[in-house]
Amino acid sequence: MVLRNFPAIAFALCLIVLGAGSARADAYTDALARFAADSYSETEAAIEGVAASGHPLAAEVVSALQAGRLLVRAADRAVFIRDPAGGLKDARTGEATTANAADLKAVRLNNRVRRAADAAMGQLTLRAPDPRRRIEAAAAVFKSRDAGALAAIESAIAAEQDPGVLRAFREARASIALAKPDASAADQVAAVEVLRAKGDRDALALLRQIPPSAPDEVRGLAQLAASSIESRLALLQRAQDVAYGVSLGSVLLLAAIGLAITFGVMGVINMAHGEMVMLGAYTTFMVQEVIRTRFPELFGASLFIALPLAFLVAGAVGVLIEHSVIRFLYGRPLETLLATWGISLILQQAVRSIFGAQNREVGTPAWMSGSVDLWGLTLTWNRIVIVLFATAVFVALLVALKHTSLGLQIRAVTQNRRMAGAMGIRTDWVDAMTFGLGSGVAGIAGVALSQIDNVSPNLGQGYIIDSFLVVVFGGVGNLWGTLVGAMSIGIANKLLEPVAGAVLGKILLLVAVILFIQKRPRGLFALKGRFVEA
Amino acid sequence: MISARLLGRTGTIFLAIVLAVAVLVPMSNLLLPVGSPLHVPDYMMPLLGKYLCYALLALSVDLVWGYAGILSLGHGAFFALGGYAMGMYLMRQIGTRGVYANPVLPDFMVFLNWKELPWYWWGFDHFPFAALMVLAAPGLLAFVFGWFAFRSRVTGVYLSIITQAMTFALLLAFFRNDMGFGGNNGLTDFKDILGFPVQAQGTRAALFALSALALAGGFLLCRFIVTSKLGKVLVAIRDAESRTRFIGYRVENYKLFVWTVSAMLAGLAGALYVPQVGIINPSEFAPANSIETVIWVAVGGRGTLAGAALGGVVVNAGKTWFTGMLPELWLFALGALFVLVTLFLPKGILGTFTEWWTGRRRPAVAEIEDEDGVARAIDSRGAPVPAE
Repeated sequence: MVLRNFPAIAFALCLIVLGAGSARADAYTDALARFAADSYSETEAAIEGVAASGHPLAAEVVSALQAGRLLVRAADRAVFIRDPAGGLKDARTGEATTANAADLKAVRLNNRVRRAADAAMGQLTLRAPDPRRRIEAAAAVFKSRDAGALAAIESAIAAEQDPGVLRAFREARASIALAKPDASAADQVAAVEVLRAKGDRDALALLRQIPPSAPDEVRGLAQLAASSIESRLALLQRAQDVAYGVSLGSVLLLAAIGLAITFGVMGVINMAHGEMVMLGAYTTFMVQEVIRTRFPELFGASLFIALPLAFLVAGAVGVLIEHSVIRFLYGRPLETLLATWGISLILQQAVRSIFGAQNREVGTPAWMSGSVDLWGLTLTWNRIVIVLFATAVFVALLVALKHTSLGLQIRAVTQNRRMAGAMGIRTDWVDAMTFGLGSGVAGIAGVALSQIDNVSPNLGQGYIIDSFLVVVFGGVGNLWGTLVGAMSIGIANKLLEPVAGAVLGKILLLVAVILFIQKRPRGLFALKGRFVEA
Repeated sequence: MISARLLGRTGTIFLAIVLAVAVLVPMSNLLLPVGSPLHVPDYMMPLLGKYLCYALLALSVDLVWGYAGILSLGHGAFFALGGYAMGMYLMRQIGTRGVYANPVLPDFMVFLNWKELPWYWWGFDHFPFAALMVLAAPGLLAFVFGWFAFRSRVTGVYLSIITQAMTFALLLAFFRNDMGFGGNNGLTDFKDILGFPVQAQGTRAALFALSALALAGGFLLCRFIVTSKLGKVLVAIRDAESRTRFIGYRVENYKLFVWTVSAMLAGLAGALYVPQVGIINPSEFAPANSIETVIWVAVGGRGTLAGAALGGVVVNAGKTWFTGMLPELWLFALGALFVLVTLFLPKGILGTFTEWWTGRRRPAVAEIEDEDGVARAIDSRGAPVPAE
């Protein structure tokens, strides 16, 4: 049946479409003509008419109006669109045309008209095929709160399939419902619920702006919703601070963990530790330079190539320092501190002479750029990678200390040097290896830091005091102490920052650590036993 | 009045030199004609005065490091606090001669739109009060810091690190404009001190002489402390702290006393430094400065007092010469100095020289006793750690 009648049905369908089309076209041209009246209220009506007509040119007309490119000829009420290049188009047909420029006049705008145009644009794109455009349109309506868009939103909601877009539409409807004085209380209650679920700053602003004329029930609910959103946002802010804190803590952990090992084993403070970090960063720079000039396709892997090299470079320099200076100063920790400070000055100046005093550019591979949104938290990829990397380094060192023979010897020397020596451990060899290991870890910390900090000869100096604080706070001879120290200082720093400001927060933290040392002079996880005061 | 016991041979020579310098250099500057080969030119006066202030600072570090074993990496903070106290007095003396000609507020406060003078600036119009604060501000900070630190038995590198944290915290604090100490720019553009123009030749000569006298006075005070019974206890604490405590001495009180005195000396050095240099800003708090001070002491000779002062002058003179002639090599030289002195010259210039001299000629008996504690401590490198 259906098949046999197909031509007839097709014909009828065509008629319907054409008819609808022509009816639409009429509404469109009528509305278009009102632009020529040169009165703001008529222009507003024209915008609404054009938007409601659903004509394919409607969006173009309204956007031209917004940009001041909609022109009218008073004589015959003709409307033209001037494209950005300067060409003219008949707004009725969309065809290119010409007109005497002297007869044309741009449709004037005021704030009300602009608002109407914005809202109309919102409505016009509510039906766009791309869901992202639809969400944008809903957001525009959400902002404009134009009651005129309510009908369009309602019909869009009825037709919408995509749940994400649907939520955006519902939020837009809620925004309108709260602004509309004649909305029913039930609608407004529902709107408050929707906004509460939305739970961001925009929703909070809307809930705060509920007019006093609204029913008490609605206002009470809105107040409740607003305070719940506020506490949620505050919580989110804290969570964001903690996330920054963890990120800072990982950086401190990377910078301090090598220091903790050498300090733990040899009881010496290596003031040149920061310069090992700097050497690692410059190694990364060199690797990238070579890759850039010779093998540009390897750039994404540059950091992986830099890691072992940085470990070797910094580790070798560390062993060299140990052999040439530090081994002659055993039992004199304060003199070692001075000598390593001298070495740090020499290394800084050497790097400054070779590479120049200015910052060096270290690129970030594509896979490390960008950011990710997690439950309202914004986390950048390079920070996430550094947190993961710090964890990996920490675990690797933990395993190395627990399950290798060097690790066993290092722990033995840490606990009691003379007893370890008596048991046949070559303590001087362990010292050299430990120093090399600590310096090498500082080198790979430098690879990570080159991604978030300026690579300059002063790179190490910026971290050295913080690293010391982490080590003395956490206590020596225990990697977990370093982890807890780094995370506590990192998180405390970031939590204090919004309250007290960056500088004052830092000062408070320094004072807090100084006071903490009074309470526990050997740090959080102190070694116990008779060797402690040696 | 001043016995040979108090000074020792090197001390006598040192004191004689300092007093001679205090008289002769200003005289040469003021009285000799410009062309004379012995004339000290005007530009040299504040420079030499600066060295003397550094020498006094080095002396104060040596008192705690050489005799009590406290390695302070934060003495620059006490120096700078004394300097700020003096700087505040000098700022008040500017009066209406500032750029904004405000009778009440210093220029930087006008610039920051402050309406009234903060309370902690009250009283700095009066020199006696400022002079008191020069000693009281660093002394109080040192007393509070030391009270906590020594009571909790924070020692060794831990103490060094928290002194460094202290000066770093102060550095950050003084950088803040809200602190009311001129922020980044510090205090400068001084005009008068006690009614005399700061820039005048006579004032500079007088400041130089005062610096030399302060150095001599500081030296006498330090010698008095270290040759007293208290000084002997300090040396005992340096060499075996726990043992001294077990014998029955209140170690923390001895340390606190000498630490506070040392901080006040450092403050005095800072106060004399500021009018001669003409500026005090937060960079004086930089941890690197404090560490550099320690190396002056090491170069001159730790635990010799006179040597520390000598180191302060020698290293800074070297710095002036190097940064003038070969600026890019200065940090290499300074770094090498740190390494070489700790490796090859653990007793410093004076300690090594005295050893050589006494080895050549039999010295007086009192002299041996006097230097004995020092020599032993330094020889203790590599020696077994005392059983605790």
